[in-house]
Amino acid sequence: MKFVVDAWSKGGGRAGVLQVGSCPALIETPALLLSTRKALPNFIPPDLLRSLPSPDSRLLQFSPLHFLEGPSANTISDIGGVRSLVSLHEFGFAAIPRDSTAILPEFDCTNKLGASFNTPSGRHLLKPAEYMRMLAAMKPDIWASLSDEVPSRATDKRNKLSVDRTVKWLDECIALSPPGTAGFGAIVGGWDALERQRCAQEVAKRNVSGYWIGGFGLEETSDQITSQLLRVVVENLPEEKPRLVSGLGLPEEVLRGVAQGIDLFDSAYIHQLTTGGFALTFPFEAAKRHSISDGMSDGTKINLRADVYRKDTSPIMKSCHCYTCMNHTKAYINHLLNVREMLAQTLLEIHNTYHYLGFFQFIRRVVKEGRFQEFHQEFIETRRGHSRVVPADDVCA
Amino acid sequence: MALQFEVLGRFNRARAARLTLPHYQCQTPLFMPVGTQGTIKGLATNQLEEIGCQIILGNTYHLALRPTTELIDELGGLHEFMNWPRALLTDSGGFQMVSLLDLAEITEEGVTFRSPVDGKPMLLTPEQSIRFQNQIGADIIMALDDVVKTTITGPRIEEAMYRTLRWIDRCIKAHEKPDTQNLFGIVQGGLDPVLRDICLRGMVDRDLPGYAIGGLAGGEDKDSFWRVVAQCTASLPEDKPRYVMGVGYPLDIVVCSALGADMYDCVYPTRTARFGTALVPAGVLKLTHNAMADDIRPIDPACACMVCKNYSRAYIHSMVTKDAMGSQLLSYHNLHYMMKLSRDLHSSILHGKFPEFVCKFLQNMVLIFTLHIDVFCCLKSTHIHDAYDHRWDIVNPLTVTTGQLVLLDLSLHPAPRF
Repeated sequence: MKFVVDAWSKGGGRAGVLQVGSCPALIETPALLLSTRKALPNFIPPDLLRSLPSPDSRLLQFSPLHFLEGPSANTISDIGGVRSLVSLHEFGFAAIPRDSTAILPEFDCTNKLGASFNTPSGRHLLKPAEYMRMLAAMKPDIWASLSDEVPSRATDKRNKLSVDRTVKWLDECIALSPPGTAGFGAIVGGWDALERQRCAQEVAKRNVSGYWIGGFGLEETSDQITSQLLRVVVENLPEEKPRLVSGLGLPEEVLRGVAQGIDLFDSAYIHQLTTGGFALTFPFEAAKRHSISDGMSDGTKINLRADVYRKDTSPIMKSCHCYTCMNHTKAYINHLLNVREMLAQTLLEIHNTYHYLGFFQFIRRVVKEGRFQEFHQEFIETRRGHSRVVPADDVCA
Repeated sequence: MALQFEVLGRFNRARAARLTLPHYQCQTPLFMPVGTQGTIKGLATNQLEEIGCQIILGNTYHLALRPTTELIDELGGLHEFMNWPRALLTDSGGFQMVSLLDLAEITEEGVTFRSPVDGKPMLLTPEQSIRFQNQIGADIIMALDDVVKTTITGPRIEEAMYRTLRWIDRCIKAHEKPDTQNLFGIVQGGLDPVLRDICLRGMVDRDLPGYAIGGLAGGEDKDSFWRVVAQCTASLPEDKPRYVMGVGYPLDIVVCSALGADMYDCVYPTRTARFGTALVPAGVLKLTHNAMADDIRPIDPACACMVCKNYSRAYIHSMVTKDAMGSQLLSYHNLHYMMKLSRDLHSSILHGKFPEFVCKFLQNMVLIFTLHIDVFCCLKSTHIHDAYDHRWDIVNPLTVTTGQLVLLDLSLHPAPRF
């Protein structure tokens, strides 16, 4: 893996270039990792996946725990790793134990031996050695070390314990690191800035290729605390290595992360929008953002289940060039949602991913142009202004 | 009439034809996948084109409930609504009512049923069915017929046949778009050759653009099924397409094609995919089976589809019945299999190699059956030894009988007698 930071914007935000494993394309950061189920997007078939912008869409996140349902590690190894398993040879893969939707940490059951996760096939205690055996078979380009993630409500004592364990497990993971893969050291510490700092400082001492920041998106969130925690963590990390955060997915959260110097984002945001019947519609440019309040939108997305789209023969966005917008109308997607046809999710996941990749592209542009801070501030302000005019019973709330 | 049907090649009764519809020039024999609600289970329309689908079937009953045929009409028809540039066919809606609803009652006026939306009594008449189908705008529309289960016997069969003949006149009269939509009549008459013959004559007299053989594929034994198909194809005009409704097992399609039928539809390939079963030259491959868990081969090593080129049985095994993508990928493969079967039938008939094709089709089943006995659960080991000598009997014990194969065999020889 290679990573170079090549631009810093005034008031936060950095742009860089990432190259991983056998994915030949250079991926510009800040970048979005596409979430998957067993290393393929939830609903986008592989042939349509290639219709998404490249190389922006070439970084996929998966949880090794998806494969508790099979194929076995031996079989995946025989096939040649996860890239060959899903036949996406020109893609990069990042393994992260949790996936923010179906595989979630269960901190009450985590113990000194390993981290506990709730998975579709039951609760699973994942030990560092087992995790690394999975990774040796799956051969991801990037992996995050095993961590003990705790939510904000964890006691100080439990939170401190989680940092101790996470650092200890990092050493065990590094010792068993599969050759040719890039290990990212996990940083936890809950909502305690001092513990976050301690964890970041410990992890920064280790020989890792990058950093994975966990503990977000598990339960409640707070904008202010998120920014503060990210700042403390990033301040203690070296500049030259990439930083990946899981669980920050909303546009505002992404901007907050970028402002603190995060390079890579992995979240369940697109998946949640898609399964909820939502389509992203927000323009990136501020000037356009003021004009789209039509009462059916919160300014970011529209709910295609709403009756108002029953006869709407326009695409989700006229200016969008994704497969969905080039081929289908809101009326058709509304119908597919009404009759619970799977194609609805396929079309929505394509559009939402395409749109969000565009948002990231726009962020990179403003970072390179040195006007990230302005953009960030202005984006938050129009969103605030917008949420005031949106009625409380808004379908998209 | 809004179609052209040109027979390009024949082998005895089997024919390869070019069917030119308002939206697409098709090659027959052809299989039509069922897209009940204006979509085929998770597949995008460009994937369906890539697979080679020529005609997709839409269900009038479902579309009339949601999003309603008025809405489809207002938005420019189903082609426009689902963005499908090739041909469409809609059924009459009658079959769904009889098969899905307990309370459907058939009278001379039409089919009375309770609306599944609000429970109110509703009536589907021949006129209404055609009006719905005119609104949907498919290339081929089907007459409302009086459907009875083939397993029923007695005077009800006769009543239904005569009613179907009376209703076809009401359908013809109600049809407002004969220049852009082709109304097919449906031959009924149960398993009774005399009733079938009366219905056949009646339908042929009406000089419709095409004909369907209805009332089959409903649980009757296969020998009876083939006899009816053979009788109907023998009496229907040579220059019109013949559609056997509800047929989707590959072997049935091969045999019906040998008997001179041209078009088929069935939910089987996509439905069976959702339950984890793949169609392969040997018959079926159950991806849910434990033997698939570590099998790194593709579903069908000889298949050129996107799924077989890229994915292992082990990977599909881990997804089927669990993840949406599992059934999407299997549906893709299964439809690809059906489209390839259609193309192979067409080209083998066209190039005078139909018997060779049929023999190879049957042999494939036998060979793979014997090689992968653990996976294909139909055969007992004692049969393996005899496989080559008695292959007619064991090709697929679930669906093939000696009688069908005799029929098939006959149709491959010169001057078949029926």
